Amino acid sequence: MARTIETVAEDLRTPSPAAILRKRIFGHYGLVFGIAVLAIIVALALFAPLLTPHDPYAQDLMARMKPPFWMAGSDPNHLLGTDYLGRDYLARLLYGARISLAIGLFAALISGLIGTAMGVAAGYFGGRVDLVVTFLINVRLAMPVVLVALAVVAILGGSLQVVVCVLGLLLWDRFAVVMRSSVLQVRDLEYVNAARAIGCSTRRIILREIMPNVVNNLIVVATLEMAHAILLEAALSFLGLGVQPPTPSWGLMISEGKQMMLFEPWLIAIPGVALFVLVLAINLLGDGLRDVTAPENRG
Amino acid sequence: MSEPVLKVDNLTIDIPMAQGTLHAVRGIDFELKRGETLCIVGESGSGKSLTSLAIMGLLSKKMRCNAARLDFSGIDLRKQSPRAMRALRGDRMAMIFQEPMTSLNPAYTIGDQLMEALQLHRPVGRAEARARAIELLGKVGITAAESRLSQYPHQLSGGLRQRVMIAMALMCEPELIIADEPTTALDVTIQAQILRLLADLQREMNMAMILVTHDLGVVARIADKVVVMYAGEVVEKGSAREIFENPRHPYTRGLLRCIPVPGKTKPGEHLGSIPGIVPSLIGKVEGCAFRSRCDVAEAACASDVPVRRTGEDHMYRCIHEVQAGAPS
Amino acid sequence: MSPTTTAEAVAPEAGTAPVLELAGVTKTYRVKQGMFSAAKPLNALGGVSLKIHRKDVLGLVGESGCGKSTLAKILLGLEAPTSGQVLIDGREVTARERTVLARRIQPIFQDPYSSLNPRKCIEDIIALPLVVHKIGDSASRAKSVARMLDLVGLPQRVLRGYPNQLSGGQRQRVAIARALVMNPEIVICDEPTSALDVSVQSQILNLLGDLREELGLTYLFISHNLAVVEHLATRVAVMYLGKIVEEAPASELFAGPRHPYTKALLESVLTPDPNLSVPDTHLGAAYPNPIDPPSGCHFHPRCAKVMDICKTTPPPHVAGPQGHVDCHLHAAPAR
Repeated sequence: MARTIETVAEDLRTPSPAAILRKRIFGHYGLVFGIAVLAIIVALALFAPLLTPHDPYAQDLMARMKPPFWMAGSDPNHLLGTDYLGRDYLARLLYGARISLAIGLFAALISGLIGTAMGVAAGYFGGRVDLVVTFLINVRLAMPVVLVALAVVAILGGSLQVVVCVLGLLLWDRFAVVMRSSVLQVRDLEYVNAARAIGCSTRRIILREIMPNVVNNLIVVATLEMAHAILLEAALSFLGLGVQPPTPSWGLMISEGKQMMLFEPWLIAIPGVALFVLVLAINLLGDGLRDVTAPENRG
Repeated sequence: MSEPVLKVDNLTIDIPMAQGTLHAVRGIDFELKRGETLCIVGESGSGKSLTSLAIMGLLSKKMRCNAARLDFSGIDLRKQSPRAMRALRGDRMAMIFQEPMTSLNPAYTIGDQLMEALQLHRPVGRAEARARAIELLGKVGITAAESRLSQYPHQLSGGLRQRVMIAMALMCEPELIIADEPTTALDVTIQAQILRLLADLQREMNMAMILVTHDLGVVARIADKVVVMYAGEVVEKGSAREIFENPRHPYTRGLLRCIPVPGKTKPGEHLGSIPGIVPSLIGKVEGCAFRSRCDVAEAACASDVPVRRTGEDHMYRCIHEVQAGAPS
Repeated sequence: MSPTTTAEAVAPEAGTAPVLELAGVTKTYRVKQGMFSAAKPLNALGGVSLKIHRKDVLGLVGESGCGKSTLAKILLGLEAPTSGQVLIDGREVTARERTVLARRIQPIFQDPYSSLNPRKCIEDIIALPLVVHKIGDSASRAKSVARMLDLVGLPQRVLRGYPNQLSGGQRQRVAIARALVMNPEIVICDEPTSALDVSVQSQILNLLGDLREELGLTYLFISHNLAVVEHLATRVAVMYLGKIVEEAPASELFAGPRHPYTKALLESVLTPDPNLSVPDTHLGAAYPNPIDPPSGCHFHPRCAKVMDICKTTPPPHVAGPQGHVDCHLHAAPAR
């Protein structure tokens, strides 16, 4: 083939995008740390029944306020002690992780769906659609999240489902803003024009040509919103308007411990530290993902 | 003639990378007198832009730049502090970039930017700076110069912006001007105008000019001396006439065969081409970098390649003693 | 290699009828210049009529902003003309029939770095048109893709590779393969070599020339590099401010340009001749603002041979034996 000889083609010496990504992920210590910590927390939450024999709801009024293992008078049966109703604190912490993770995940999922749909539509179609979406984003930004959440939960009553829905319906703004600007950048690139000229449907262009190139931004926002939702749930529960007792929720645990704060500081220190570590891990993951998926230099 | 304005001897630029050191520029030397135009020609990845940035002291800190000699009118540029380099840049040496849109600050008016270029280096008042700005805008062929001073870059067309860039580079009457692909982003008609302008101003102000480009047409029309770079190396160097009429190096000959020349190449006939791609410059680079794409390569090309000279100024780097003559 | 020739499917009258015809196509955008000012019309195309015959290469030249790209977008069905018709084989095609256009007209874009989706492997990129138009099953698609790679001179092992693993020239070959996989008749090349290195540029030009011979393709070749246009084109149309000011067979136009603008364009080509200096094109003023075009002949403020009549009256359409020129200088008996 005479023509092939003209390009003594190079071996594919540059690695594929997937290989580059893999290499970058493992070169990013913050990201690796975030993934590791998050994986541990997820594993602890999933395998909670195997890790502790105690039921997080079982009260034992004979063994109330047992201190954790590092303090004098601790009970080897209750590694992290017991709360004011004698419930095992470790069990409540582990089962509470399930609540936090579920709320983070589902709130981010709902808000992600809403925000991405709006942002992509605004970015891709522009014009009137863009005007409407931008208006909605501005309306949403003008609403104070915590106050609205408080009001809605106060009216509907607190429960896991209500909290997830309220947060999901409130936290879509950042998704919409980020997706809109990402899609705007990609929309006019020539490969999108090429797809149009080939005769691709709008749906196909958005799903196959545009989304794969903006999904990295989506993942980053999703992680940050997850952390945001987890913190908001804790705040709502702390104020008594989130998840209702006796459900083990970290926010609720902090709230229940606050009366005893001066005498038994570990009651709020333990769930507080857990919350801090979880949010830190998710944020490290988000930041790391943003770094490793940042567009590389050409060539 | 007088002493050279710029003397570069054995300039190397290394870029540390994850996979090893990238030897981006390997032993460049040339010199340039006032009133001369030197064109550095090469394709992407040849190191031509890095070379010009190295002279300006604008390489990023990650890159390691060494030279046996890097003298600019008696000043050893290797030993200058960043502060001293800042004082030199824009004053005695100036640079014009390819993309006039991104090299002008969109937040300031043309006038502010022009006047600042002068006032940074000279103790002159606003009125004087303004007068100079108007004078230079007139010189670069911008009509109604006074009213342009209050305009912002986005209000100008690409050609006008490039003229403003040139005016800005000339505010302090530099001795050396480096233009990196100054016309690549412009239309052919505007390109001819800008090049003409540069050539006229250079003659008028008796500056030395380095023009970095990949366009052989531009080179032929404007250069006194030509440096042909390939993969970080000078493969051939000489006067413009020598390079175009008696190219010696296989790469230079190949390049000249690649471009269609109205009147010379028959329409529709096959153009010459250089098969293959530029080799990786990461790690140890030995022998002639062009050998993987050369028709006349031999085993000997993998070891040291002799530098051959013909005439006083013409040199090329090839194991073959190439006879003069137009490219076949 | 057995390229499937599209030339066999030609209608009987195709020898004379143009395969692609534009009849008085205009495109007007409404542009707002300030936040409060009313939108003004911008005539990107002011009545373009063109005919492209089978196996012709029509070179379309002009400065940026002259409407070249708008014309390409209309032909590709990415934009709808404000008025006028696009005809293929004498039948009108509206932009709505994007699939019809897509099967017969395919683009090659300027920048091979942005014209390939970085997240898709080469095989998927080239096969996309087949998938979209539901042509063949996966086995026959794989076969077509493999044949295309041979055709454009790429080794089969790039199939599973990604665009970032290829050089600029190789990417442009992938773009050409994608454009040809549907066996289109017309390929719109929008500055296909201007983003490439000189040595790669000639390879792509050679490839385009060969493919045209083998597949009987028709090209609309948009470029500002007149040396390249002269090399490849059989006919040339010169565009200025949304109008075709001169059109002629390439050999004629390059030997004897009639419109002063064509002359200026030809003069500004820098051939690599060290004995010449940079030419003076006499095109003093900058390209006019298309929102506020000059009166009369749009070119008159930059024209070296401007006359009084040029400032007031639009130039006549002077048909020649093989083309036309829009210029008062060539108006029939008066001059």
